[in-house]
Amino acid sequence: MTLPRHLLSAADLGHDDALLVLDTAEELSRLADRPIKKLPTLRGRTVVNLFFEDSTRTRTSFEVAAKRLSADVINFSAKGSSVSKGESLKDTALTLEAMGADAVVCRHSASGAPHRLAHWIRGSVVNAGDGTHEHPTQALLDAYTMRSRMGRIEGLNVAIVGDVLHSRVARSNVLLLSTLGAEVTVIAPPTLLPVGVEDWPCNVSFELDSVLPKSDVVMMLRVQRERMYGGFFPTTREYSRRYGLDARRMATLPDQAIVMHPGPMNRGVEIAAEVADSVRSTIVEQVANGVSVRMAVLYLLLGGALIESAEAAA
Amino acid sequence: MTGDPAVARPVLDAADVGRALTRIAHEIVERNHGAADVVLLGIPTRGVSLARRLGQRLATIESQASAAPVGSLDATMYRDDLRLRGVRPLEATEIPPGGVDGKIVVLVDDVLFSGRTVRAALDALSEYGRPRAVQLAVLVDRGHRELPIRADYVGKNIPTSLTETVHVLLDEIDGRDAVLLGPADATREEATR
Repeated sequence: MTLPRHLLSAADLGHDDALLVLDTAEELSRLADRPIKKLPTLRGRTVVNLFFEDSTRTRTSFEVAAKRLSADVINFSAKGSSVSKGESLKDTALTLEAMGADAVVCRHSASGAPHRLAHWIRGSVVNAGDGTHEHPTQALLDAYTMRSRMGRIEGLNVAIVGDVLHSRVARSNVLLLSTLGAEVTVIAPPTLLPVGVEDWPCNVSFELDSVLPKSDVVMMLRVQRERMYGGFFPTTREYSRRYGLDARRMATLPDQAIVMHPGPMNRGVEIAAEVADSVRSTIVEQVANGVSVRMAVLYLLLGGALIESAEAAA
Repeated sequence: MTGDPAVARPVLDAADVGRALTRIAHEIVERNHGAADVVLLGIPTRGVSLARRLGQRLATIESQASAAPVGSLDATMYRDDLRLRGVRPLEATEIPPGGVDGKIVVLVDDVLFSGRTVRAALDALSEYGRPRAVQLAVLVDRGHRELPIRADYVGKNIPTSLTETVHVLLDEIDGRDAVLLGPADATREEATR
């Protein structure tokens, strides 16, 4: 079984593909316990981290993942590059192509930028977050974290709460989790739900308190103020009172339920500090799992031979 | 027997497989003066089943107390042919709690052919520690080595041509014990039936 050549959307992954990524990540996670945390598998391959938007954990996570597989990593950020001189995405892509990049990990503030990139270069493109669209490796590491904590994904009730409108994490998670058989509910004020959310494979609710008692997993989303150009809610306090997860709300969750957050957190806005630091919180695990999942993605995209038929189809 | 005997010829039956493993277990004990420091590491998938069976036999030959730990070692990430074919899924690696440092590691696989899997396994093993010695046990040696690698313990030497296929069937995975020799992929089809 092989993955598609690019990982642009969580919807690119079928049920078996997604499980292959999670199973591969599980084997690779054992590397962290070894004295030598390195595999020779991608020796001589080049992975370019092409980040047009600020990122700490995703870029570092991909860099660690690629280096543990012995790939050469080139970090390219818009600041301090020719992009700040006005170079277009296409010209940047062709430059990287000429340097022989086998994979380009791309983050861009414009939704769809990695899709465009995939048409211009021969290597694999991994979407590391495009605008408010998708962030498939985040969804994979969230699914991995759920499976390792809860033992399964199928049949889990997952609540995704908060700024769904600006969240690429929410969209990718809804797509991937429904593929894997979870029951997903997105909860947000009506102003923070995207147009067309009724067509997503999930339930929609405006009321957090009624959903929590039957949720196995609660995923809190960051309020993305940098993308907000209008009044989406009256005040931060009002938002926090209706949609923030505090200790009182957490107490209404079932005993085994976990609390997730893709980070970075706004403590005191969408998640209270005592919730973020509680035993239910998987926030630190999610970061560690991110490395294993990204190693699995890079291995599955680059570890084998180039599939000629996939290239012909593209 | 579901396959056409003319297509897939059995070369070892269940009793032969059992006898070969019993002899290998005795040879391991004889050569290492006991099984005290022996660690058996099977190469997935069938090598792992064979390693477990050897472990049981070592426990009956020696005392239960000094039974050799059994684990598995996946060499996929160390293979030299990764770029020649589609990506391979990973198998489990389980190093026994005592580790491999200073131990006598016996790698166990079903068929020894080019020697490339064993080469990859030696590289993988070196990441987990420094064994005192590494030995190789295989159920079948079919020849055609491409690397300077030789097995210490062989169940059966089967001279083959390059176009023939050797398929080892084990009860744990395939429902019965046998070694089949056939042309092209006939045995493989039979095995996956």
